[in-house]
Amino acid sequence: MIPACPLADLPRGEAFRLETDPPVSVFHTEDGELFALDDTCTHQDASLADGWVEDCWVECPLHASKFNLKTGEVDAPPAKLPVRTHQVVVEDGMIYVKLSTAAPNLPHCVARKLAGAGT
Amino acid sequence: MVGASLAGLSAARSLRKQGYDGRLVVIGDELHRPYDRPPLSKEFLAGTLGEEDLTLEADGEDLSAEWLLGVRATGLDHTARAVRLADGREVHADGFVIATGAAARTFPGSEGLAGVHTLRTLDDARALRDELVRGGRLVVIGGGFIGAEVASTAYALGLEVTVIEAAPTPLAGPLGETMGAVVSALHADHGVRLLCGVGVKGLSGERQVDAVLLEDGRSIPADIVVVGVGARPCVEWLEGSGVVLDNGVKCGADGRTSLAGVVAVGDCASWYDPRAGHHRRVEHWTGARERPEAAIATLLAGGAVEPGVPRPPYFWSDQYGVKIQFAGHATGADSVTIEDGAADDRNVLAVYRRAGNPVAVLGMNQPRLFMRWRKQLAATS
Ligand SMILES: Cc1cc2nc3c(=O)[nH]c(=O)nc-3n(C[C@H](O)[C@H](O)[C@H](O)COP(=O)(O)OP(=O)(O)OC[C@H]3O[C@@H](n4cnc5c(N)ncnc54)[C@H](O)[C@@H]3O)c2cc1C
Ligand code: FES
Repeated sequence: MIPACPLADLPRGEAFRLETDPPVSVFHTEDGELFALDDTCTHQDASLADGWVEDCWVECPLHASKFNLKTGEVDAPPAKLPVRTHQVVVEDGMIYVKLSTAAPNLPHCVARKLAGAGT
Repeated sequence: MVGASLAGLSAARSLRKQGYDGRLVVIGDELHRPYDRPPLSKEFLAGTLGEEDLTLEADGEDLSAEWLLGVRATGLDHTARAVRLADGREVHADGFVIATGAAARTFPGSEGLAGVHTLRTLDDARALRDELVRGGRLVVIGGGFIGAEVASTAYALGLEVTVIEAAPTPLAGPLGETMGAVVSALHADHGVRLLCGVGVKGLSGERQVDAVLLEDGRSIPADIVVVGVGARPCVEWLEGSGVVLDNGVKCGADGRTSLAGVVAVGDCASWYDPRAGHHRRVEHWTGARERPEAAIATLLAGGAVEPGVPRPPYFWSDQYGVKIQFAGHATGADSVTIEDGAADDRNVLAVYRRAGNPVAVLGMNQPRLFMRWRKQLAATS
């Protein structure tokens, strides 16, 4: 489990971005629920933590594809693949993320950058 | 549904989502299924995205629609409740969605001259890309968004690029003078020549273009010319139908037209904008995607719904690796202030105000702050 931030530091309607590789964001909805998703949009290099959260969806800040915070599913292109979701645990007022072991759906441009950085 | 692109597809999705399960016919004059246009001047033109990446339908998406592609609608007969097609067929329906978009304006006298391009469709982009990869000197007529993006992509491909803009400052219409100058300074930053305040008199060349002739007498040598002088709404097919046209299809704040059972969406539609207090034709991707939902609600309810206030128009542009984002209306602003970053760094968050109230926001490489302002704009204005 990776510690994110104290629950008290993440107001409703806000997101916290963890600088993991790839980055992960924790969203605190207006209804008080917590969700963790890969932070990078599956279309291009945009941070979903900068997106527009409404109900159970986050809208990508660039081209408006929406991702379901519970399931990671995408509503409509330009993004075509879901984002990976992670488990969120709150213990003693601290938010932790349990990273998924599934493969992430990174956009071409980011996946290339990561691959390039490794060689 | 007439027009099989982003607005038409979004309308088809909204119809199904809102519970319409009857027959749905989508008519489009391009042969392609709906595809995404923004990459045509960016990644697709650069060669980093292929055609398969442009499709707008999701894998396995099935809207149970009949697609009549490669055929043009030539008229709407409201009394007979039918759309006439160029091949003589007629399609009868109870409701009509007009989503015929816009077409690139051409330069008079450029017809038949090889090397001269406009950019609106996938076929245009293929043809332009085939020439750009051969290299040479590119002259872009028009310093608007599409012209600037083509210049930026061609520069990255290694071409020698000149942009010609008739107005003293490019992008002054959408962004205002001050920020139009900041954004268009990206050209000079990269060694792309920008000539402003000078009109184009004509093109020279026998069969192949060889130069662009300016009104001040200069001649700019060119191997390839891209004409990026805006787009006109594709509504001539509606003349005489009874649908009121005024810079596109004139619509209420929810897409209703002057005829019952007919709505219009996307680049061809000029919706009444309650914030601005007048009609505006918005030519942005996000409007073509979002607004059909309201228009379809109106269509299905027979006009009996109270229109909500749509979100302020939003668009983006990518130039020379800089992400440009804009929301709201720059016209009518009486001040622009840089709230974060610095114009010289091409990293800016600028807020446009009218009588102290924010009316628009521009971001260059500022997605996080931009979104905060965009939300605020939607909430307050
Ligand atoms: C090169 C390029 C880059 C762009 N980049 C951006 C960007 O970065 N950001 C942004 O916000 N927006 C951008 N846009 C704008 C965005 O793509 C448009 O706003 C959007 O495509 C509008 O969708 P639409 O469905 O209303 O119209 P269109 O996409 O124009 O589609 C209309 C369709 O109707 C068809 N049609 C027309 N007349 C008839 C007829 N009589 N019968 C049958 N079919 C007909 C047309 O052939 C076309 O297929 C860009 C546009 C272009 C061309
Ligand atoms: S980057 Fe998210 S939709 Fe394009």
